[in-house]
Formats: sequence, structure tokens, C-alpha cells
Amino acid sequence: MLNVVDVTKSYPGADGPVAVLRGVSLTLMAGETLALTGESGSGKSTLLHLVGGLDTADGGRIVLEGTDLTPLGDGERARIRRTLVGVVFQQFNLIPSLNVAANISFQARLAGVSDRDWNAALADRLGLTPHLAKYPEQLSGGQQQRVAIGRTLAARPRLVLADEPTGNLDEKSGAAVLALMLDLVAETGAALLTVTHSQRLASRMDRRLLLEDGKAVAR
Amino acid sequence: MIGAGLQALLSHWMRRPFQLLTLMLGLATATALWSGVQAINAEARASYDRAAGVLAGPPRATLLPRDGDTIAQDTYLALRRAGWPVSPLIEGRLPLPGGALRLVGVDPFTLPRDDLPQGTGDAATGQDFIGSEGRLLVAPETAERLDGADLPPAIPLESVAPGIAYADIGVAQRLLGLDGRISRLVLTGKPALGAPPLDRIAPELERRAPESGADIAALTDSFHLNLTAFGLLSFAVGLFIVRGAVGLAFEQRRPVFRTLRALGLTRGILLALLMAELTVLALIAGAIGVALGWLVATMLLPDVAATLRGLYGAEVQGTLTLRPSWWATGIGIAVAGTALSAAGSLWQVARLPLLAPAQPRAWARASVAALRWQVAAAMALVAVAIALALTPSGLVGGFVLLGALLVAAALLLPPLLHAALAGLARFSRGPMGEWFWADTRQQLPGLSLALMALLLALAANIGVGTMVSSFRLTFTGWLDQRLASELYVTAKTEAQAADLLAFLAPRTTAILPIKSVDIRIGDAPGEIYGVADDPTYRDNWPLIAAGPDVWDRVAAGQAVLVNEQLARRDGLWPGSRVTLPGDWDAPVAGVYSDYGNPLAQVLVGLASFDRMFPQAPELRFGLRVPEGAVAGLRQALIDEFGLPPDNMVDQASLKQFSLDVFERTFTVTAALNVLTLSVAGLAILTSLLTLATMRLPQLAPVWALGLTRRRLALLELLRALLLAFLTLIVALPVGLLLAFVLLAVINVQAFGWRLPMHVFPSDWIWLGGLSLLAAALASLPPALQLSRIPPSRLLGVFANER
Repeated sequence: MLNVVDVTKSYPGADGPVAVLRGVSLTLMAGETLALTGESGSGKSTLLHLVGGLDTADGGRIVLEGTDLTPLGDGERARIRRTLVGVVFQQFNLIPSLNVAANISFQARLAGVSDRDWNAALADRLGLTPHLAKYPEQLSGGQQQRVAIGRTLAARPRLVLADEPTGNLDEKSGAAVLALMLDLVAETGAALLTVTHSQRLASRMDRRLLLEDGKAVAR
Repeated sequence: MIGAGLQALLSHWMRRPFQLLTLMLGLATATALWSGVQAINAEARASYDRAAGVLAGPPRATLLPRDGDTIAQDTYLALRRAGWPVSPLIEGRLPLPGGALRLVGVDPFTLPRDDLPQGTGDAATGQDFIGSEGRLLVAPETAERLDGADLPPAIPLESVAPGIAYADIGVAQRLLGLDGRISRLVLTGKPALGAPPLDRIAPELERRAPESGADIAALTDSFHLNLTAFGLLSFAVGLFIVRGAVGLAFEQRRPVFRTLRALGLTRGILLALLMAELTVLALIAGAIGVALGWLVATMLLPDVAATLRGLYGAEVQGTLTLRPSWWATGIGIAVAGTALSAAGSLWQVARLPLLAPAQPRAWARASVAALRWQVAAAMALVAVAIALALTPSGLVGGFVLLGALLVAAALLLPPLLHAALAGLARFSRGPMGEWFWADTRQQLPGLSLALMALLLALAANIGVGTMVSSFRLTFTGWLDQRLASELYVTAKTEAQAADLLAFLAPRTTAILPIKSVDIRIGDAPGEIYGVADDPTYRDNWPLIAAGPDVWDRVAAGQAVLVNEQLARRDGLWPGSRVTLPGDWDAPVAGVYSDYGNPLAQVLVGLASFDRMFPQAPELRFGLRVPEGAVAGLRQALIDEFGLPPDNMVDQASLKQFSLDVFERTFTVTAALNVLTLSVAGLAILTSLLTLATMRLPQLAPVWALGLTRRRLALLELLRALLLAFLTLIVALPVGLLLAFVLLAVINVQAFGWRLPMHVFPSDWIWLGGLSLLAAALASLPPALQLSRIPPSRLLGVFANER
């Protein structure tokens, strides 16, 4: 369902362009989970952003569910983000002025696929039912990340992208959030691509891809 | 998608109702001041339009005497007999308490019915109207003013403009003391076939095309432009609040915008939603503002009406009429103001990179580059101002000059305050002092807009205050010179005038006849006065430019004097020549100041005047009377001649009346000044309250290190006072510069006279105290809030691990 072929990306630097990705390729099947690991600056997050349509590649191809993202314009990529992809951010990125219930259903409503029962089931599975009327600032970090996962899965995306999903959580909360996320992703049949430094998180995935200096060095 | 996006955006305001209130308050206040002024202007202009066309029908050509005098009744009869369809009209002014009454005498039998104001037809053809006592057709409010006056009974009619009375021509001739005379002849149709040409029947008359009658509107344009300028200033100050509130709301929602975009909302839809949100807010606030503007206008209109009556003789209704166009314009300006305030923020959203860090940056953090841009923009505006000052650019140019100066000063304020705070920081001792100065500089960007608003309001106060006080000082001295006669008397008829002269001769030290005619000088309305050769004029008349032997030459009919307005308008200074009726190319011997008079005026010797206008009645006299004899003489005139009190005005009353007119002229300005200052105070309050919610991360560490909440609150108060004081220091030279421009450029362009500038430091101390008080009051609520904040909230700042 995802095919990344020889993707390159560079950013302007003080001494000219800095190459972040130097021809990375990967494939991901529906329902499969993959951990992107590597040191800081190795290009993990950049690759995640390109796959999610948040940024555009300089070269290569990214084909998601048969659609090549590379030539798409801003509006088309926004549609892909709404309907095919769900992103779980390290900083949660919840909407502070909406309560938990509204945050969970938010992306599904944007995509026009909101399902009240599914939202309630997700909230229940994520242990958020008692907190539905609360606002993000009233929640702990672990609870906020669970809301973010709920928001992503409520839209039933084909591909879930997670950027250090437990990076802001303590070990215990992180483990609990991870377990929930893997369970729910498996239930929805979505593929999961996660960026992580954590060996423990990576070990829970079907496959791992190590990035070094913008290149995939091990599978 | 649109519903969800809109919900996310609007939920921000639900969670921050105070911010919403600030935005609405700023916009509503700005709109209120602007639309209030516009309502006043619209009402005044509507009144001018009604008054301008004395006759209600279509504009008609008229026949007028070439020499500016009146027309003999025989000429009228000759024209009628020759087949010219003319209707006689006489116009004049009757002195009344609260302003002169414009009397229009018409002949209801030769004037088409439609030419009289709507609904007067029956009243104007009745027996009472044309009878010997006669009737006056007036507006209801004018009828109230006529109560007790020695005039024919009044018939109130809604369709008549205020300040005008219609009477039968015979009655009007009697009331004006112009028996057998006609002001002009109205051509009601085409002359009969074969009718002899005009120059054969009445060569002394000339035919004039239908006039727009917009003289009053032209005269009062400058007054309304002044009002508009102040309305605009108030609006601009209000927009600073709007800009602050919108800027903050966008900044706080920056992470939300990124999240929305990351979740699939397109840039176009996000911008469209933001614009829709702002438009809805602007429409609501605009509607509230227009309603408030209505209240402002209702409060100010009576003063404006009195000013216009006293200063220009223009009658304006004291009540407002609802005009749909005014509502639409008011709401439109609110939407436009919001668009202007939000343009920068919307542009930033349009360029918002999707992947930039999502943390909110410090609100309006001032980078060195931004400050440099501000200085560069300010310098460009100063250059524009200098260019305008050096080239004659009219009244609008004068206001653009003022605007450029004010905006330049506002742009320069943040860099100046930065520099001042950096300088003051050098004197700090100890860590507390260092923290205070550093923290104050960090607060500056968030407060900049409010401080700019304060600067504008203070500078406007100082500038306008200096202008008004300078004017008052000059005007009072000028009145003493100009109103030298102790008593002014107006006779009812020329026969009575002759009797009066005989009676007064032994009882006065001098009798100074005052004869005048209204006439066009150049292309504008003006007046010519004839004055006697008397030491009163030689000793007192306020000449501002004079050639040799001024008064001898005027008395001998060899030269004339012109007022400053005419001199500046047509460049008529001593040595120039002015063309007067009878083709007299008169040399100008001197120029005199003539404050408060919107008309061009020429002063000629009495003999010259009589030669030009032999028919002009001699009804008014200035009397020189020994001190203490005024009251007795006044009473004697009442007893002996039955002169109504309104026909005798003593010097003291006249001075008082003139000063009252003067004070009223600036009542509206003063009110707008106070309102502008209040809006600036509001801007500071809202900025401080908004900042208070973002201050905790900066204050919590200092509190944790051992400073009490009370001490922190006091420092916050001190900071607000310090910034207001520094702003006042900057506002002072800006205000004085503003006063100079008002006196040397705007007044000359608007009124035709230039005034010397005086400074009044005691006023500045008063204003300084007031602005510090406003700053203290504005900073008190957030300071109190801080002094009582629960420690748990301060500790919350450190609980980032949640």
C-alpha cells in the first residue's frame, strides 16, 4: 500500500543545500508495522513527513494506495492527509480550545467519515470516557497522547504515521500508550510507520529500517 | 470539513471570552467614534442642502443687479409688463436671540406653487399670509425660538429648513426696512415671444444661471474636514486595539493552524474560514459601534449645531435622522478596519510553513530587523511630511502632512523606548534592577501597539490643546481691539435711524455708522463694510499688515482694507489692488485679522461706500459712550424709541457671545479628544490584561527565587507607569509639532488666518498626570490579579512533564 522509491530531500543550509535523504526506498503492506530508527539528523522525521504529504520530495517517488504523491499540489496532498493518512505527533498537537470528545472526532469530521459509535468505542478503549468534557490542558501527557491516537484512528486511515509517539511520556505511560496504539491499529487493519529512538518500541514492530546519513542501511 | 474547521477556530473565542470582548470593544469603539462624526456631518450637509435651495422647485435662473445692490420695485413691474415671467424675492437677516433668522419674502401669486417648500401652498396663499400683519412660515424648532419676538405670528411647517422664515414680500420688506426694494427676480419661465431683451428694459440687471447654492456647504467644509480628521484619528486609535487583539488571537492559534493544515485542511479553506470569522465579528461589532455612534452623535450634535450657527450662520437641525447609507457606511468601515488590522496576520497564515515548530513564539517578538524597518518607514513618512510642508498642497495636503507625522512618530516609539530602556538599564544596581529592565524590554513588543495608541492620543491632546489655547489668547486680545464701541444699536427703519442719531449726538462721544452689503468678491461670497473716519478705528483696529497713512487713505477713498482671509486667499497685501463694484480698482492699504468670519471682507471709507451702494440702509451704529453710561443709555433708548432689547448689544455681551461661540466651536474637538484618550487607556488596559495571561512563565521563576507576589505586582504597576511616562515624553515634542502644523498650515488652509503659537506647560502637567492615572488604572486590575494568584498556578508553570 506504500511504495517509496529512491527518495531524496535536501534543505538549504548556511553553506549550501544539506542533503537529508539520499535515495531512500521502502515498501509497506497493509496491516504491516515498520519502525524507522536512527540517530538524530538521520532523516527519519523527514521521511515520515514526505510519506504523510506534509512536505514534498526533491526526487524519487512515493506511491500511497496507488497515488503518486510526488507531483501532487497543496490541495491534493491535503486531501490525502485527510482521507488516507493519520499522524500521531510527539507534541500531541491537540486543539486546546476543543474538549476531548471534539478533539477525538475532529479529523473524522474533517474527512466527512465521523462515526459516533466508533468514536465512543475508541474513547472507551483509550480510557478517555470519563474525560470527554475536559480540555487538553486539564489532562496529563499520557492522556493527551491517547486523545491524539483516538483522533487519528477515528478517521480510519489506511496508514498511521507516528513521530516518537512515546517520546514525551514516562516509561510506564509510554508502554501503555504503545500497547493500545498497536492493538487499535491492528484492529483497523491500517499500516503503521513509526519513527522512534526507543529500541523497546522498535522491537514491537514487524520490521525495522535503520537510517544513517539519509540512507537506509539495514532492514 | 468546513463545519469542523470553523468549530476549531471559533472555539478559541469561547475559551477566551475576554479576548473576544477586547476585540469587539476596540472595533465597536472605533466604529462608534467614526460613525458618530459621520452622522453629524451627514445631518449638517442635509440641512445645508435644504437651506441652500431657498426655493423648493427646480433651480431657476435669476436676475440680479450688477452692482450688488437691491432692485427697485419699478424695474420688476417694467419687466412684468414687457412679458418677462419674473417673481420678486427679498432676502435678509433679522437679529434674534440664539442666531439670526434668514427671512425670505416671496410673492405667492407670481411664484409657482412648487417653488415653496412642500405643503406651504395653502398657508402661503391665505388671507393671513398676505395681510398687513402677515405670517411667517418656519420650521417647528424655529417657531419655538420666535416665541416672544416682535414678529408676525409663525406657522410651523415640517418642510421648512430650520433658521429660515418665509413671508409675503410686502411683510418681509417692512421687517427688513427695505420698502420698495427687491433682492432678486426669479425667472419662472421663458420671456414671451417678442419681449424686449433684458438690457433694454433693465440694463442694471444681469441674468445668472441657476446656482447650486452650495456656498454654506463650501464655507463649512473646513469645519467638517476637521471633524472628519478627528473621527479618523479616534478610529485609528481604536484600530490599535483591534490590531492587538487580532494579532494575539492569531499568534495564540498558530499551533492550531498548523495542526489543522497537518490534518488536511487546505490553506485556501483555512484562510477563507478565518476571513469569514473576522467578517462575522466585524459585522456584529460594527452594528454595535454604529448604535454607539448614534449615541455619540446625539450627544454632540446640539453643540455642533450651535457652533455652525454661531460661526457660519448655518442652520442645522438639532436632531438626527436615521439614514440607511450611514448605517451601511458605519458597518462597512468596521469591516474595512478589521480587514486592515488583520491583513498582516492573514498574510502570515498564508505563508505559514506546515512543518515549522508548533510552539507559540513570544507574541510580537521585536527583532532588530523589525525595529530597523519601523525606523526606515518612519523616516520615509517624515520625508513625505517635509515635502508636503515645503509645497503648497491645500487642506487635504495639510491633513496628510499631519497623518504622516503622527504615523511616523508612532512607528518611532518602540525603537525610542527600546533605546531609553537600554540606557536606563545601565544605571541599575543589583540583580533585581537588571531583571526589571530586561523584563520591561521583553514586555515592550506586546505593549507597543497600546503605547502607540497612547502616543497618538497624547500628541493629539497636546497639539489641539495648544492650538485652542493659543487661539483663545489671541482671540480674546483681538476682541478687545475689534469691539471698541461700548454699545451697538440697530434701528428698525431709516426714519428711526435719523431720530436716533439726533437723540444720541449729545449723549455719546462718537457715533460710528456701520453699513454693509453682502456681495461676491472674486468667486466667493463676501461683504463690504463702510466705516467712519474716527480715532476708534485708528487706535484699535487689529491691523496685521499696513502701508503708510492707512486710515487717511481709507477715509479719503484712495484705498481699502481687506481681512486676512481675503488677503491670503487672493494674495492681496498692501500695494495690491482689489476690484470692487463700480469698476473701482482699489489699492489695498492694509490687512486686518478677522477671526471667526468665514467670508472675505473689504473695509472702505463711508463716502466710498455710499457712492457704491447709495441704496444701502444706514441702520446700525457703534456708539462710544463714557464708561458706566451704557446701562442708562440703553434704558433711555428703550423708553424713548421702544427699541427691542435685541436691537441693542453692549460690548460686554457681544464679547461674551463671541467667546461662547469660540468655546462651542471647540467643544466637539475637546469631547473627541477625551474620547480618544479614553480609547487609548482602554488599549493599555486590554493589552495588559491579555499579556497578564501570558506572563506566568516569566514571573514564576522570579517568584520561586524569593520575590513575593505583592512585590511582583508592584513592579508590574511601576512598569506600566514608567512606559506611560516615557511615552508622554515622546508625545510632547510630537504634540507641539502637531500644534505648529495646525496653526501654520491647517488653520490657514481651513479658515484663512494664521495664529501665533503659545505654549502652556501647566496644561502638559495636567495631561501628564491624567495619562499616568489612566496607565495606573489600566495596570491595576492585572496587578491585583497577580498579587492574589494562587501559588499552585505559579507552580503549574514548572509542571511541564505532565
